[in-house]
Parts: sequence; structure tokens; C-alpha cells
Amino acid sequence: MSIWEYANPRKFMTTSQAVLPWVAGLAAVLVITGLIWGFFFTPDDFRMGSTVKVIYIHVPAAIMGSGTWFMMLITSLVWLIRRHHVSALAAKAAAPVGMVFTLIGLITGAIWGQPMWGTWWEWDPRLTAFLILFLFYLGYMALWEAVENPDAAADLTSVLCLVGTVFAVISRYALIFWNQGLHQGASLSMDAEQNVADVFAYPLWTCIIGFLFLFVALVLYRTRTEIRARRLRALIQRERMA
Amino acid sequence: MSLRVDTITCTRGGLTVLSGVSFSVAPGEALILRGPNGAGKTTLLRTLAGLTPPAEGRVDAAPDSIAYAGHADGLKAQLTVAENLTFWTGVFAADGIARAVEAFDLTDLLDRRAGNLSAGQKRRLSLARLLVTGRPIWCLDEPTVSLDTENVARFARAVEAHLAGGGLAVIATHIDLGLPTARSLDVTPFTRRARPASGASDDPFLSEGAL
Amino acid sequence: MIELLVRDLRLAIRAGGGFGLGLAFFLIATILMPFGIGPETGMITIIAPGILWIGALLACLLSLDRIFALDWEDGSLELLATSPLPLEAVAGVKALAHWLTTGLPLVAAAPVLAVLLNLPPQGFPWLLASLAVGTPALSAIGTFGAALTVGLKRGGLLLSLLVVPLYVPTLLFGAEAARRGAEGLDAATPLVLLAGITFATAATMPFAAAAALRVNLR
Repeated sequence: MSIWEYANPRKFMTTSQAVLPWVAGLAAVLVITGLIWGFFFTPDDFRMGSTVKVIYIHVPAAIMGSGTWFMMLITSLVWLIRRHHVSALAAKAAAPVGMVFTLIGLITGAIWGQPMWGTWWEWDPRLTAFLILFLFYLGYMALWEAVENPDAAADLTSVLCLVGTVFAVISRYALIFWNQGLHQGASLSMDAEQNVADVFAYPLWTCIIGFLFLFVALVLYRTRTEIRARRLRALIQRERMA
Repeated sequence: MSLRVDTITCTRGGLTVLSGVSFSVAPGEALILRGPNGAGKTTLLRTLAGLTPPAEGRVDAAPDSIAYAGHADGLKAQLTVAENLTFWTGVFAADGIARAVEAFDLTDLLDRRAGNLSAGQKRRLSLARLLVTGRPIWCLDEPTVSLDTENVARFARAVEAHLAGGGLAVIATHIDLGLPTARSLDVTPFTRRARPASGASDDPFLSEGAL
Repeated sequence: MIELLVRDLRLAIRAGGGFGLGLAFFLIATILMPFGIGPETGMITIIAPGILWIGALLACLLSLDRIFALDWEDGSLELLATSPLPLEAVAGVKALAHWLTTGLPLVAAAPVLAVLLNLPPQGFPWLLASLAVGTPALSAIGTFGAALTVGLKRGGLLLSLLVVPLYVPTLLFGAEAARRGAEGLDAATPLVLLAGITFATAATMPFAAAAALRVNLR
């Protein structure tokens, strides 16, 4: 039993069908628990007041926004190296999910930034990096749409994903060089001194894991749709050829 | 120097067009590809030229031995006839354009811009490029389009000279070039349409039963 | 390889080659800026390096689709792909030709436009240096974008969408070097980082472009 067996469309379809309800259910339970816990059962921050509560959406969305691109990078590499169609379709399916997570991160960041920094938008390196990531998602999805042959589209978008990753990382450091920024440091890290207090951290972790499951559920669901669309396309073509 | 094709499957735009194609062409030989429009002659030639890799099987030929000429002339309208040919001599490290100019009767046109040539003259210029490449295997897609009778004969003589010099050619054409060493290959039996049974396995999204 | 470069340069300067269009766009875009911003010289002086860099970037962007589109349409790209030249070399030469016909004229025109925008005198060498060092990266990255979208109908807008995010680091370092130079600060660090980007893209982008071309030629 090798992990590559899941690259077979049929194996993927049966497995994902069995797993999907559990993943989706777990995502719903965790996200709802985390948000209720965070919104209603944590104290206000002594500096930020109740505005801090946006953290329970903002941080998980931002993590998933960049994490999705990383997942697309891996699946693109798998497609380029091993030519597994499901892998390419999973990258295609993940892109809109990642784009929406990034957008949620940007919007909640603006909502949080307004009372804190007195402005909806600041050209802070972290914010700007996410804006650029959003553009990468747009370009990636537009390229998938523009190329008619699905295999060629998978190849081209995979190369774009690879090159884009390198440029996104360079942009991240270039932006730090460009503007030191207002954004606070990481909310969660191994360095306990800088972390948020435990009362905030527990519901935050619940939300992050909940968003992760939500991401997995959405990508599984969308990949299933993409596989069916591809099958439909193949069937139509066979009809036309016959 | 010969060309061997071993049970290749050719695809175009992600679709299988031909499968199970095998043949070999020896030096001095010409293979004429026949078949109705859409049978897959162009796809086969593009696969031989290395533009579209075969999905299965292999094409055996020495590296850098194939000269390809497709539907498009590949000419630069703003450059003169001489400049167009000289460019390819540079790319292929050839000695000069004299032989090509003579073979396709381009002497009087050398200083004309390629954009001002007639369709037949453009075709002659684009075929003259084959001689400049100095490559032994010619893969030609409908080379006689827009040529008049006299120039078709001129082209046939160029192919004959190429074959006599130990070269070989695979040509998709509907007209009879009158080549003494030519064999014909009808691609129709290899088209996907003609062999529906083999079509089931090539697309992983077709072979998987109900999803 | 040299003959491909010579051919592309020759085609660019012949009628219909589009040489000078990028330059004209640079001129127009730069002249338009003060109309939108207002005639205050102080303000224009401050943002002059940024205007010039963005003008150059847009002028470059505008001419990218010509890199492969013409060779694609007339069939030369297929013939080049079956020639002894590796596609990586074709992409590299195309990027160089694009820079010589688009980037270099922009660098040459920048000082004239900088006068119009009241760039402080100490900013001129840094502006020129940053454009001279940075525009090759714009051509190299743009060649990759052009290779991705070659053969697509209505590829021009998509090309811009794909290339603009890739241009961000180049623009950041280039404009930063020009800005620091104009303000009399030390601009060497961003200039060195910009040179790093140019060398890295010149070395790697032809390979990415060739990979994309192979897929599109299939």
C-alpha cells in the first residue's frame, strides 16, 4: 500500500467519499467551538480591548492563505515529477480556497487595523506580502482558465507555481527591507515570551486546527468536482470521436 | 542514418490521434503519408520532429537529424529573401545559401522582402530552408501547397537529389510527386476513430468506471 | 545564437517592428503623472524616482507579448524549436533582444524625463544605475511570462496579471535605490540586491521560459 495509490482517480474518489463527512464534521465542530470560545469566553485584551477577538478568524485565515500555496507547490511538483492527474487537479481545486482565505485574512486585518493603527490599510510588509500572494492566486487561476488543454494547463500552472513561490519568498524579504512595518510579531511561536496568553492561545489553536480541517474538506470536495468535470470532458470527447 | 518508428501513440491537444504506428525509412527512401483531412498526418509529423513527444513508443533517429517544415512558412515578412535564408544558415551552421537559392529558383527574388512575395514564392523560400539545414531526414507537411506545376516538379527534383545524396523524407501530400523510391503509408488504420478499443486505457478519467 | 539576436534586432528596427513604442509609452506615462498629481514641484521631486521606475516597468510590460507572439504566428518558433539551438538559448537571446530594444532605450531616456520631474542632481547617477541594472531583470522575467501565454488568444492581459507580481522585488529594490540616491542617502545596498535579482533571473528564467515554450509547442 503506497501513498501513490491515491493518485488513481477511482481510489481517490472512494477514499475521499468515506473521509469527507468526518473531516467536514470535525471542521464544523472545531471552528464553531473555537469561535464561540474565543468570542464569548475570553477576556478583552488590556491594550486592544474587544478588537482582539478578530484574531480567531484573522490568524487562522492568514495561516491557511499561505499554507494553501505551499500545498499547491507540493502537488504541482508531484504532477511535474510523477504525472499524477489527481495531484494537478488538487492544486487547481485548492487555489480558489487559498485565495478566499487570503482575502479573509486581508479584510479581517483591515478591520483589526482600523481601531489599532487608525487606518484601514497600511503598506506594512506582512499585509503587502498577502496582497501580492492574492495576486499570485488570481494569476494562477486565470492561467488555468485560459489554457484549453488540461494537461498543458497543469504543466504551465505548475511551472508558474514553482517560479511564483520563489518570487513570493523574495518579495517577502524585499518588503521587509522596503518598510519595517507596524504589524505585531507572530502571535504563536516557540518563543514563549512573545506569545499571546494561554487564555487566548487555546481557542486560537482550536480555530487554527478547525480551519485546517475546513481547508482539507473544501479541497477534497472541490477535487472530487474537478475529477468529475474531467471525466465528463473525456466522455464528451469520446462521444465526439466515435 | 535511418528513421525507425516503433508503435508510437501520437497526441494533439491532450487527445490521442494515432496509435500503434510503426514504420522505418532507409536512406534514399521517401515515405508518403496518405489519409483524409484530420486523419493525423500533421500530428505524426510533429511527433517525428520532436515537437510533441509520443505518449507511447519511440522514434529512433540520430539527434539533430530531422528538418521539419509545417503548414506555416516561418518567414519574416520584413526581411528580404536573402536575409531569411542567411539567418537559417547561421542557426544551422551551414556553408551558404547558393545551393538552396539555385534549387528553388530564388535568384531574382533575393532582395525582395518576404512579405511582398506571392504565396507560391513564399513556399519556395520556406522549402529552400530545408537545403540550408543540411539535415538528412526531412519531415514535410503538405509541402506543395500554393506551388504551380513547374515548381512542384522543381520541388520533386530537390527531394530526389536529397534522396540520392543518402537523405530520406517523410512527406504528407495528396499529389503524386513521381519519386521513384517512394513508398506510401495510409495513416487511416492507426487513427483513434478506427480503433475504439484502444482508446479506453489512455485517459485515466475514462478507464475508471463509475466515479 | 548571435544570428538570432541580430535577426531580432533587425526586425525590431524595421517597419512594424515596434521599436520606440515602449519609449513613447514611457514618455507619455511620465508626462501624464504631474497632470494627475498637481503642479507642486516639491511633491513631484519627491516621487520622481518612483514615477520613472513605474513608467519604465509599464513600458516594458506593454512590449512583452511581442517577444514570442510574432514567431509563434508565422511558424518560426516551431522551426527554432527543431533547430540545433536549445530553447533555453532561444529564450535567453529573446530576453536580451527585448532588453536591447526596450530596456536600454528606457535607460537612455530616463535622464531627460528626470529633468522634467525635477529630480535632484545627486539622484541622476543612481536613477541611471538602478534602471540599467534592473531593466534586464524585467526583460528576463517578462520572457518567462510571454512563454507561458504564447499561443493564447487574448493573452496580453493575462500576461500582465502573471508578470506584475513577479516584478515586485525588482521594482522595490530598483525604486528604493533611485529614491535613496535622490535623497542623498546611501543607495548601494538596494542596488547590490537589485543586481543579485538581475543575475539570478538572467541565469534561471530562460530555463523556466523554455519549459513553458515546450509545453505550448506540443
